[in-house]
Amino acid sequence: MLKRKAFAGVFVIFLSVLVMVGCSSDEEANSSSGGDKTIEFMHLWPEGSSAQHNKIVSDIIKDFESEHDGVTIDLEVLSNEQYKDKLKVLSTSNELPDVGMTWAAGFLEPYVDGEMFTPLDDLLEGDLNDSFVSGTAEAYEIDGSTYGLPLELNIATVFYNKAIFDQYGLEAPATYEELQQVVKTLNENDVAPIALGNKDRWTGSLWYMYLADRIGGAEVLTNAINRSGSFEDPALVEAADKVQELVDMDSFVKGFNGLSDEEAKSMFMNEQAAMYLIATWDLPNYTTNEDVPQEFRDSVGYFPFPTVEGEGDMNSFVGGPGVGLFVAEDSEVKEEAKEFASFFVQEWGEKSVTEAGVIPATKVDAGSLDLPDMYVDVLDDLNEATNITLFADVQMSADVAQVHLDMIQSLFGTEISPEDFAKEHEEALSAE
Amino acid sequence: MNKVMSNKWIIALYVLPALLLIAVLIFIPLILTGYYGLMDWNGIATMEFIGLENYINAIQDAKFWESALHSFLLALFSTLSLLVYLAISLILASKIKGSDLLRKIYLIPMLLSSVAIAQLWIKVFNPSNGMLNSILMALGVDNPPAWLAEPSIVLYAIFIPILWQYAGFYILIYYAALKNIPEPLVEAARIDGATPLQIAYKIKLPLIMSVFKVTIVLAIVGSLKYFDLIYVMTGGGPNGASEVMASYMYKLAFSSNEFGYGSAIGFLLLIITLIVTVIVRKATATKEEIQY
Repeated sequence: MLKRKAFAGVFVIFLSVLVMVGCSSDEEANSSSGGDKTIEFMHLWPEGSSAQHNKIVSDIIKDFESEHDGVTIDLEVLSNEQYKDKLKVLSTSNELPDVGMTWAAGFLEPYVDGEMFTPLDDLLEGDLNDSFVSGTAEAYEIDGSTYGLPLELNIATVFYNKAIFDQYGLEAPATYEELQQVVKTLNENDVAPIALGNKDRWTGSLWYMYLADRIGGAEVLTNAINRSGSFEDPALVEAADKVQELVDMDSFVKGFNGLSDEEAKSMFMNEQAAMYLIATWDLPNYTTNEDVPQEFRDSVGYFPFPTVEGEGDMNSFVGGPGVGLFVAEDSEVKEEAKEFASFFVQEWGEKSVTEAGVIPATKVDAGSLDLPDMYVDVLDDLNEATNITLFADVQMSADVAQVHLDMIQSLFGTEISPEDFAKEHEEALSAE
Repeated sequence: MNKVMSNKWIIALYVLPALLLIAVLIFIPLILTGYYGLMDWNGIATMEFIGLENYINAIQDAKFWESALHSFLLALFSTLSLLVYLAISLILASKIKGSDLLRKIYLIPMLLSSVAIAQLWIKVFNPSNGMLNSILMALGVDNPPAWLAEPSIVLYAIFIPILWQYAGFYILIYYAALKNIPEPLVEAARIDGATPLQIAYKIKLPLIMSVFKVTIVLAIVGSLKYFDLIYVMTGGGPNGASEVMASYMYKLAFSSNEFGYGSAIGFLLLIITLIVTVIVRKATATKEEIQY
């Protein structure tokens, strides 16, 4: 009797194993047989934090599915950091989604080396010929092939609260000296001058990059990174010195090294700080986003980063393409996936302008659309830009980027001298 | 039933599912981690065998040892805080008013997820709007520190929520152990004229010593591999001032694209934790267990 019970137990286990195995092979059979095709797509705009982006993506997917019979899009959404981790784990086990999002240059490189992404040159020469702003698709180019279709284009500018500036009779600064004066006046009146969330580190890097650009010109930082120059260039050391000058005069909010960018942003948006250097992906918050009070949106202006000691070109920007689309090399539905990526980019180009208020990497016909003033101004600046320097941590390979970001935090925390700051970079870069 | 259990094949069969699960989820990844540590690998492209180079580099890596020091500091503080939890449990277990309610209150942090706790304490520690600094300023402190931004403070600032988070867990364990002490023993001591302090010290403590030892091991091992709050609250910053071994490993593997090196650090973390566990077990071992 007991033996029979034991046998029954074992039998149940085997049965359940059989059922599980049966289920999994069933699924595979479904996806490969029949005319139906499924494109797996992963993106990083969850509904909670990027409602408008999320909605546009859903609309695009719906449009694509209705135009293409028998093709379904299998969607997975993760937030930024989780997205990066998951992409990495999936690539290790060779299970990348058919279409997904990637960043340019340094982030892209290991995936291209590992032959995970497929070249998209045929799309660029075909459907998407001449539709990108120059310099954006190029950032996704490695060894002559392009591996990503850029979606966004961003430049960093200083947003400021006009109401606070008016209250203390201040003007948007055009030079570093004027900026110092503004900081001084605000500090005297107990207003935190600049919101900075340097826990995220790339935020501080923006300040450093701009100072380097103004002092040493557009090429000096890029050259140091691509090794045609040195990081111990006097201009790069002086830029670091200027950062500490700003820190010493309490330009940034208290405890900035422990604040995230989100926290800094909320200080700016709650009118607790007067200025905030961020890229134009934040534009909707100051133009069209209905969740932000109209009064605040009206009071926000922006100015390009000031010149330093009369030097520097205010039409030179720090920025670059944000995320772009890749198509996996091992995709079983590569043709459909490419078609979807191309379709996505084109629809995104139209919808992102009108519905999300961000700047796409595709060319925008500003004249025919009704756009917020600030948006048009930024577009004009972009058209007149003499140079856009790609974010330093994107330009660098991943481990040098980590050194750079850690050093930025030390520099802002005045734990390291400008000379040592440059030296650490030089060592990390030459060790490559 | 005895007949079934005497059949070795049946025993093996029953043990098998659990064994398979543990092997697949724990032991195989463990061995693989050690193996990846021998590779030069960015986690994406093909790997290249480089022998023990990663391990040698890790042993010479000042940043790794700094993060190890932070982990050991956390272990030290968690162990010391056990004494506080023990004191609280002793009080709770003696029949005082509201002990039931208090016990539940102490347990609340355990019910929250680590990320929620981290978000909560980020707000508490906020340098200009945070609760802590608002109170300090109301008390007349002119320039309260920016808790999560100062390299010399940040580590200790994060220890507070970590210790707070686990307080309920240890209090619960001690409370259960104390409740298990037979009442006649305490009664007899009281009749003999022992003071409450003496009862706690001479009767209760020795009787729950085995539980206390287990919690020491738990606290130390838990601290050495601690990750969550640090990752969310500071990401190990500013510039490594609050980095612990696990967050350093994560950073190398996932941010610096040094999967091989990160794996090596992960494996060293395992070895260090193993060694410490053995030492602690040896140090707290006694020849005879007290029986009641």
